[in-house]
Amino acid sequence: MTKKLDKSKAPLGSTLAAIGCALLQGLPNQVQAGELEKWDVDAAALIYSESDSRVQAAEPVISATRNFDSETKLNLKLVLDTLTGASPNGALPSDQPQTFTRPSGNGSYTTPAGELPLDDTFRDTRVAASADWSAPLSRDWLYSVGGHFSSEHDYLSMGTNASLSRYLNQKNTTLTLAGGASLDTISPEGGLPVGLSPMAVKGSTGFSSDFAASRSGSEDNKQVTDLLLGVTQVINRRTLMQFNYSLNLADGYLTDPYKLVSVLDQPGGTTQEYRYESRPDSRIKQALFGQVKYQLGSGDVADLSYRYQFDDWGLNSHTLEFKYRWDLGRHYLEPQVRWYTQSAVDFYQPYALESQVNAGLDEVTADYRLGDFDAWTLGIRYGYQVSATQEAYTRLSLYQQTTGDFSSATTPASGDDIPDTTAVMWILGYKF
Amino acid sequence: MKAYKWLILLVLILVISGCSSWGVKPWERDFLAQQKMQLIAEPVEMGLDDHIYFSKEGSSGGRSFGGGGCGCN
Repeated sequence: MTKKLDKSKAPLGSTLAAIGCALLQGLPNQVQAGELEKWDVDAAALIYSESDSRVQAAEPVISATRNFDSETKLNLKLVLDTLTGASPNGALPSDQPQTFTRPSGNGSYTTPAGELPLDDTFRDTRVAASADWSAPLSRDWLYSVGGHFSSEHDYLSMGTNASLSRYLNQKNTTLTLAGGASLDTISPEGGLPVGLSPMAVKGSTGFSSDFAASRSGSEDNKQVTDLLLGVTQVINRRTLMQFNYSLNLADGYLTDPYKLVSVLDQPGGTTQEYRYESRPDSRIKQALFGQVKYQLGSGDVADLSYRYQFDDWGLNSHTLEFKYRWDLGRHYLEPQVRWYTQSAVDFYQPYALESQVNAGLDEVTADYRLGDFDAWTLGIRYGYQVSATQEAYTRLSLYQQTTGDFSSATTPASGDDIPDTTAVMWILGYKF
Repeated sequence: MKAYKWLILLVLILVISGCSSWGVKPWERDFLAQQKMQLIAEPVEMGLDDHIYFSKEGSSGGRSFGGGGCGCN
């Protein structure tokens, strides 16, 4: 079921310009000019494209910051995210064609033999807006507050965040405590699937009652609480470091309502049926993050960061990122590299066995994004200083996610049957 | 896994305890004031990357948070 975009709405850019002009209309001319100078705007668009007819996305973003003085500012951000293409639905490739019922229950789609099952139901547009205010409380204290909102046809997210920072040692050390809370509402197409219930087969006798039996309610919530403790330290005139500890607590509906798990009679056997996945209703994630920035004599800047994340679902990940901004005067070139590795959550399996399902399996996911994989990103960013206050920039990157064989005593699988992801990303932006 | 956690906490404690000998005078902040030397030098780029990685991987955040969730992971 495709969501129709209202094509009669004015393009975003001219709408924002109209709002800006309307706001300024009441002000005298010199105030108008002075007001615009105090806003810094960064407008960009991301084009994201996966190989093999998978996800394609276009994401324009505009971020405007009004600087009141060196430490007081308001940031407003608007993001539009349009998604098309197909995503793996969690089922395993088979040597037979496979037919899946669409999440809405209206229709089905067939995957040819030997191919990775992809669901192309996900044509969607998401709008997200956020506002953040930061200001000093006194000479030694800085605070910030913010809110965000995000909406798509089957998902709504609203949240707030706040932080407090304390300067020490002539502002060479900054201690930060930040917190956030958000409430998300999930209203999937066709309603919420009952975890581990069988997928009703479209066209079979009793489909209507089978489909109804696999559904329970139309929407559910998820509450997320974040906490961050950070230390920023100036080492010397050229070097800055940061260390953060963060905690993320999620409670409520954490399952992906569109993902299935293939049920096989035995490893390497034939697919008997499909069951809806089911994840636990709480997740506690923790991360340790460190970053160092160093400016060389040439004006080049090296940026290295590392994050170690672990949670009570059993997932561990390491992320290492390095960027080198090569200063060329009026322009710059910045190669970027990111390496990421993740170990699967405890309840991840590329497929399930009939014997496990019959024995009362209650938590399982075949979503490769919670499995074992390594990922590399290689990118290059170029920027050109058009004037003292304006910059044009672009970035091209390649993202490659690779899965290996899944070794397990009960459900082993070949890496060839678990999705890899290859994507090209292109950003084009302008600051003024 | 436990060894990693303690090693990183130790580095953190060393940083805090050693910080009185580190730093710059107020008039030595020329480089540190530059946009390219900020910890998050390109917030728009970081926001776009965070959204991609949140959608395609099992981890998120660590550096900062806020900006909203989506139905992608």
